[in-house]
Amino acid sequence: MKKEILRIGEEALRELQQLDKSEALQELKVKVLGKKGTLTALLRQMGSLSPEERPVMGQVVNEMRSRLEKAWEERSAELEAIALEKRLAAERIDISLPGSRVARGHYHPLTQVVEEIEDIFLGMGFQIAEGPEIESDYYNFEALNLPKDHPAREMQDSFYITEEILLRTQTSPVQIRTMEKLRPHLPVKVIAPGTVYRNDDDATHSPMFHQVEGLMVDQGIRMSDLKGILLNFSRQMFGESREIRLRPSFFPFTEPSAEVDVSCMLCGGAGCRLCKGTGWIEILGSGMVHPKVLEMGGYNPKEVTGFAFGMGVERIAMLKFGIEDMRLLFDNDLRFLQQF
Amino acid sequence: MKVSMEWLRELVDVNQNAEELAETLTRGGIEVENVENLNKGFEKVVIGEISSLTRHPNADRLWVCDVNLGQQNVTIVTGAQNLQAGDRIPVAMIGAALPNDLSIRKSKLRGVVSEGMLCSREELLLDASVGLDRSEGGILVLAAEAPIGENFGKYLGREDSVLDLELYPNRPDCLAMVNVAREVASLTGKQPHLPKWADTAKGLDLPVAGDFKIIIEEEELCRRYAGLVVEDVHIAPSPEWMQRKLKAAGVRPISNIVDITNYCMLEMGQPLHAFDRDKITGNIHVRSAKAGEKIVTLDGVERSLQADTLLIADDRQALAVAGVMGGFDSEVTGDTKRLLIESAHFAGVSIRRTSRRLGLRSEASNRYEKGVNPYGCVATLGRVCELLLELGAGRPVAFLDELKTLPPQRQITLSVQHTSIVLGLELKDSDIRQVLENLNFKYEEKEGIFVVEIPTYRADLEIEEDLMEEVARLMGYDLIPTTLPQGDTTQGRRTPEQDFRRRLRRVLVQSGMDEVMTYTFTGAAKDAQWGSAQHSISLLNPLREELSVMRTSLVPGLLEVAAKNTARRNTEISIFEVGTTYWGDEKPLRELPREVLRVTGVAVGKSGRHWLNSQTQYDFFYVKGILEEIVREFGLKFDYRVPENRPRLHPGRSADVYLHNECIGFLGEIHPSEEKEWALERAVVFELDLGVLFKHMRPIVRAQSIPRFPAINRDLAVVVPIDTSSAAVMTKIHKLGGELLQNVELFDVYTGKSIPEGRKSLAFSLRYQSLERTLTDEEVNNLNSRILEGIQQEFDAEWRK
Repeated sequence: MKKEILRIGEEALRELQQLDKSEALQELKVKVLGKKGTLTALLRQMGSLSPEERPVMGQVVNEMRSRLEKAWEERSAELEAIALEKRLAAERIDISLPGSRVARGHYHPLTQVVEEIEDIFLGMGFQIAEGPEIESDYYNFEALNLPKDHPAREMQDSFYITEEILLRTQTSPVQIRTMEKLRPHLPVKVIAPGTVYRNDDDATHSPMFHQVEGLMVDQGIRMSDLKGILLNFSRQMFGESREIRLRPSFFPFTEPSAEVDVSCMLCGGAGCRLCKGTGWIEILGSGMVHPKVLEMGGYNPKEVTGFAFGMGVERIAMLKFGIEDMRLLFDNDLRFLQQF
Repeated sequence: MKVSMEWLRELVDVNQNAEELAETLTRGGIEVENVENLNKGFEKVVIGEISSLTRHPNADRLWVCDVNLGQQNVTIVTGAQNLQAGDRIPVAMIGAALPNDLSIRKSKLRGVVSEGMLCSREELLLDASVGLDRSEGGILVLAAEAPIGENFGKYLGREDSVLDLELYPNRPDCLAMVNVAREVASLTGKQPHLPKWADTAKGLDLPVAGDFKIIIEEEELCRRYAGLVVEDVHIAPSPEWMQRKLKAAGVRPISNIVDITNYCMLEMGQPLHAFDRDKITGNIHVRSAKAGEKIVTLDGVERSLQADTLLIADDRQALAVAGVMGGFDSEVTGDTKRLLIESAHFAGVSIRRTSRRLGLRSEASNRYEKGVNPYGCVATLGRVCELLLELGAGRPVAFLDELKTLPPQRQITLSVQHTSIVLGLELKDSDIRQVLENLNFKYEEKEGIFVVEIPTYRADLEIEEDLMEEVARLMGYDLIPTTLPQGDTTQGRRTPEQDFRRRLRRVLVQSGMDEVMTYTFTGAAKDAQWGSAQHSISLLNPLREELSVMRTSLVPGLLEVAAKNTARRNTEISIFEVGTTYWGDEKPLRELPREVLRVTGVAVGKSGRHWLNSQTQYDFFYVKGILEEIVREFGLKFDYRVPENRPRLHPGRSADVYLHNECIGFLGEIHPSEEKEWALERAVVFELDLGVLFKHMRPIVRAQSIPRFPAINRDLAVVVPIDTSSAAVMTKIHKLGGELLQNVELFDVYTGKSIPEGRKSLAFSLRYQSLERTLTDEEVNNLNSRILEGIQQEFDAEWRK
């Protein structure tokens, strides 16, 4: 009987090594170890053995059984590994194929820049003010200390609708409108982004463009505060290591007035093509609010002071993104817009 | 203003070169736009003497010259035939870049090395006034005294640089050399040395003319008119030094008299005009033109004058357009014996209007427009007298000075403490003193309060803040420290409307649309197609017709962008803009018009071919899907109704969009008849009013819990008449399904095989779910049957099993 057990067992072990399908492996297992299996049949015959032989034979059967089971496990693991290997090989893809299409839209670069400027000033406690694009001569000029026939009006060629109504040439009228609305509340602390218009159309001028105006009025506002706020802005906008410098300038609605340069973002101030070798790039105009403008806005210039500034959004966008021709911004070619 | 460095150095000590001074001025608030080196092209051209010349051994037409350049001798080969030994000639050395853009390199001509080039007039862009006659057609031969080894530019008097000042409107004083010199002196801490006549208070030591009068009829437009009578006039060219300075300033020399008037204008800032005294009859009148009056100006053009043009006239006729251009009849000519030289003050407003209208701009009109110092009229004539005598051009004999009210001389009080606060810079009394000394301003001081006398040439200084700027710029803006505003912290926040606009843009970008930015003005005809001609606002002075009215719709602008992109083969177009439209309710406008925000989109074409994804067609439903995203973002519900009056949209493929029973815009394919105009096929547009959207939007999302109990899905397909609205069926399903019916999706619309003609199949996927319990199949089946029955009744529907 022992012989028979060993024969069946050894044969099954040999056969098992040759099988290469897990289903066949399972079949063989049932054939040998299943309820009607050959080894199980032998086990059933154990009853006919003597009590002395029974444990000896039992041990032989069990040993063979566990040998078989172990071999089965090993072989089936082997087969699984082979099958997995096969599947992986079969499922190989060309990873160099392009990815699936994602329909993503793009913000206009000017929107991105305006929102970035807004966010920087929101973070410094400024609110966002707005005003009409079609403006009265009074708000656009007169209230800003630019009476009729003031030579400085020539700096801005205007589009007129009537003699008294025009397309605003600057966002500065929002200064007056904001002060009129808020007075006598302090502090006044707003920025005013918006579309402005000048009768000019060439490579470096667009008849429609965008500005962001800033205004802060309070007791004891100093020119050094203007410098601090603008340094903060420049660093957030153009990088932590930027410096700014102020140069005397002229605007009818500020006194003293200053042009603000930021150290060149391309060369860091060493001098390059972008900054024309000077290391500095002009980014905005600013100054202390002219007493007459404070008065026009309903504040007493003996009690409060303020600063104001204004920047061209197109210019900032061109500097930030390295755009060489301003006309691209209004050309709306999708190949251009989809870069942003 | 063009400032010659050579001229400037005569008026103030400058120990900087032109570039350095330009930087000083720019940092001081006088922007220098450009520094022009007049010697450009002559840097490496020196005067040489031909020691000997011999025939080239290998070429008949060439000469080999030994040239003495003073410090060195060089050999140069030339083809010119007009030279002889001992000639002094300009030599371009190796490395020279000549005015005609020729670069000189070492070269070999037929085996002989040539170390430079002998130059002709043409190569140096010079005219026949330079050099000997025999220079014509050959090398330029200079006078025998030309110093060997000297730079040729220096020899020509060109060793000068010119600063081009870009002046702000507040500093017209710097249109005068004396004031530029004062400015340089202030910024560099030097004393200027000016002609004595720069002191505007100086009077003339001449008798008052008795044979005529000056009558100012327009006191508002002419505050002062001074005239100098000159006899024994001798017209000749002005001396070389004067011509050189005029040229450097960009003024063409003409004759001694004209040149003196121009020279004094450049120096003192006061425009002057010389009349032939013998061509004047009677008195000088400063008056406005009469209706229909004409004058022939210096340039020979007859000009009709408008009634408010300010004129200088005699008893008979107009002599000059005041401040703009002289008259032909009273012009100074070679025969002129006596002069009347005008030095007057005219109002800038009037001069500007006239010069615009006549299209005439001159150095004089430019100065009047920007502002001339009325106190300087007579003193400038003093300088004219000096130069007339110096040049022997004439003998000043008498003068007249008709004076109306001049602006008051100003005093400004400056508080050191207040200045410190405004600038944010700790200032001492001595700082202010130093600044005022540098400016050469007179002042009195008492305990930190300075009372400053403002010189008449600085009309821009009106208030204390103006002086603060002087303090800051003379001390240097760099001294101002960097601080942050003190006081309470403030909240930075966007208004709900601003927030809404940001979110709206975000939804559209997330939906795959690209944002564009178009001009807000457009052509009248284009705007009328999609907007309202009745409300559109026209510009008085548009750049061109296509940019002449403010838009009442964004659609034409966006269609134009779509068309342009299509023409450029950008074929996947899905674009939007959030922008303003402008609505005038009256013509002409008296009140500011309404500015109405719109969101507008255009989609045309389809997404590009892709190996994996099918192409998305940009059609009605693509755009409607995007509107549905807006609906979801803001918790709204749109009604789409068949439009009543949208002639530019495809009648079967368009909808009016309603929100709370208010029409807020439209959506649809453009009408096939529009396609040709835009060269666009099947473009889909939408335009919605932002105001109404904002009014109804849900400011924040209200979150809903996820149900814990399982959902049961059922599909339901019905066959209905083909014109049945799917939305109506959907609404009915929702109504019948009650609150257990969580969601309904239309997943198939089918016509064709197995569906009778005139009918269509709609297939819905229904999702039942309860928040409280697990639903049983039975109750779901009951609900489903009820829905089916309801639909069958209302829509003439059959169940499609």
